[in-house]
Amino acid sequence: MATARGKSLLGRFGVHLAVLVFVIIWTIPTLGILVSSLRDKDQIIASGWWNSFSSSTQTEAGRLPAPESQVEKDGKFVIEGNIFGDAPAREVSAFGLRSAAPTQYAVGETADLGDGVTLQVNADGSFVLASPVAFEGTRGQRIYFASSAPPRFTTENYETVLFSEGIGRSFINSLTVTVPATIIPIMIAAFAAYALAWMRFPGRALIIATIIGLLVVPLQMTLIPLLQLYNGVALFFGVPSKTYLGIWLAHTGFGLPFAIYLLRSYMAGLPKELMESARIDGASDFEIFLKIVLPLSFPVLASFAIFQFLWVWNDLLVAMVFLKTDASELVLTAKLNALLGSRGGDWEILTTSAFVTILVPLAVFFSLQRYFVRGLLAGSVKGG
Amino acid sequence: MADLTLRQIKKSYGAIHILHGIDLDIKSGEFIVFVGPSGCGKSTLLRTIAGLEEITSGELKIAGELVNDVPPSKRGIAMVFQSYALYPHMTVYDNMAFGMKIAGESKSEIDRRVKQAADILQLTKYLDRLPKAMSGGQRQRVAIGRAIVRNPKVFLFDEPLSNLDAALRVATRIEIAKLKESMPNTTMIYVTHDQVEAMTLADRIVVLKDGRVEQVGTPMELYHHPGNLFVAQFIGSPAMNIVPATIEKAGSTTSIAITGGLKAEVPVATPADAAGASISFGVRPEDLRVATGGTVLFEGKVDYIEQLGEVQLVYLDIGRADAPLVVKLPGNTPLKRGEVLKVDADPATLHIFNAEGRSFARVAAPAIAA
Repeated sequence: MATARGKSLLGRFGVHLAVLVFVIIWTIPTLGILVSSLRDKDQIIASGWWNSFSSSTQTEAGRLPAPESQVEKDGKFVIEGNIFGDAPAREVSAFGLRSAAPTQYAVGETADLGDGVTLQVNADGSFVLASPVAFEGTRGQRIYFASSAPPRFTTENYETVLFSEGIGRSFINSLTVTVPATIIPIMIAAFAAYALAWMRFPGRALIIATIIGLLVVPLQMTLIPLLQLYNGVALFFGVPSKTYLGIWLAHTGFGLPFAIYLLRSYMAGLPKELMESARIDGASDFEIFLKIVLPLSFPVLASFAIFQFLWVWNDLLVAMVFLKTDASELVLTAKLNALLGSRGGDWEILTTSAFVTILVPLAVFFSLQRYFVRGLLAGSVKGG
Repeated sequence: MADLTLRQIKKSYGAIHILHGIDLDIKSGEFIVFVGPSGCGKSTLLRTIAGLEEITSGELKIAGELVNDVPPSKRGIAMVFQSYALYPHMTVYDNMAFGMKIAGESKSEIDRRVKQAADILQLTKYLDRLPKAMSGGQRQRVAIGRAIVRNPKVFLFDEPLSNLDAALRVATRIEIAKLKESMPNTTMIYVTHDQVEAMTLADRIVVLKDGRVEQVGTPMELYHHPGNLFVAQFIGSPAMNIVPATIEKAGSTTSIAITGGLKAEVPVATPADAAGASISFGVRPEDLRVATGGTVLFEGKVDYIEQLGEVQLVYLDIGRADAPLVVKLPGNTPLKRGEVLKVDADPATLHIFNAEGRSFARVAAPAIAA
């Protein structure tokens, strides 16, 4: 057993430091997306997500009430009120009268508008506009002010993307593609791997060599022939050529060489005596596979499931080729791509969609990662 | 319960021949040990009996029935592997019950037999454990238990003690001997490279070398009447001293001249025409003793002494640079390096082998063999 004990203090410190750096590099962008997706869309524009727990300051423009609301008081014409009107009051830090200098005056200060007209704005948004002569005209005075809003977190963005933007539907489409496209190759590959590892038959070495050869075939090469084949089959049977079944089979084909290779290496490493012992116990190849090899191969099955799931979930190319682009078959990656074009400036939509997209890979990884480290073989053979 | 008959069993992997025609008759209830150096084919022979290796040619009969093409599970055998080969994801109970479950036995029958086997091997309180939570000795007992549950006609052991430490090995060896006593009708075949296991456990030992049977016999037969040079040197520790010699007078007893000068009278009959032939003369280190009377077999300077307490191994320089004579003497014999020592032996314990390495038949059995 390798322990940290043998290493130098410096070496251990280095390892811990490296781990820490990786964790930070990995976590911070994810956290950023999560925080942004939960923020109010106006606040996303006003400040970065790292400021989201403090109040954000934003400059707004407004118009004071029209002169008709003026009252005469002590020989002065006065318009009073609150710049937020009926909206909930926020804290005002500064105000101004020209768009070039929106924060010219601090709150509480009295601004001189010329001709004896003065304006005072308080922190709570209340203002007093006073003039020695009556205000004229129908439009109120233009005013700019900087207000700070308390941090506001909301799930509105999620409601929007899931139910109005079509991410919810795409999420289900992605799951429809990914789950069978993960399970089918595992089932086929497990049988194939057992046969290639433990059964003797002529041509076995050739099959293994072929599979390893297939590992290096770029899948782009197969897109057109495969699509032609699908079209031919579709024409012959009078069914659509772009279907979920089609993409499941495509992903299965693309995943199988690696799956068989990975599973075979693992299964071939299981102790030979286990199989022989089971054969003496009367187990057939199928029973050995089912009762001995499959349970012991769980860690590698989980590893491959994670690989395949993430690859299919994040795949854009295969989905674009083998699925229709209408809402009923548009997967998440394609949907995200479309959103980048149509809603490129709407960060709240993009971050929320992105987070919805990474939720599933995160869940898959965390639920299966313990099988990576589990020593299931402990105790079977000598030493243990 | 079952005799085994092996007739001209051959095993080859392509052009590589592992077994060259093994003939063997094993009686029902016998404890047979296959012993030999690494690569002699003893494990392969065991695995062909188990059915894990196909027989290239020859006949294998268990209980009179030809089983060449019968799958392992139908041969009525059970095997204990060197590495235990326990199913790591199953509890001890499930490990032992696996074969019966596959065979579709009833739950109550499985339960009864597993409990019974666990009882014999004192495993009852571990039945719910996984193999990884057990010590090496316990795992080996589970492996034996799994074999017992199968209720086999023939028990096969493939170096079952090799993975245990020295103390546990002795304890488990005794357990296996007791297990054999409690199952007198079960034939047991045991493969080992450890001659102590072979000597202590076997009814008969089969000595193998390079895929051929060198000699079959009881441990004492092999020790006292080795059939050839290989068996003579393989059985016994340290190995028998072999010194070249020539026959001076053949007959019902033989006079030989040992290369180096001394002569000996060996009570072994040799054919008359053997006079003058080059032979090998053998004597075991433990049969040599410090010469007190007139007869001296060897004389040499003490080159080195290995003191083991109870005994000491004395290496005598008898003029053959790379092959000193080893003498096993009681530990308390006062000796010094460089001292000249004269040794002799009971004539009944001397061996001679012809030029092909085959031993000449002994006229009178040594007294200790009785």
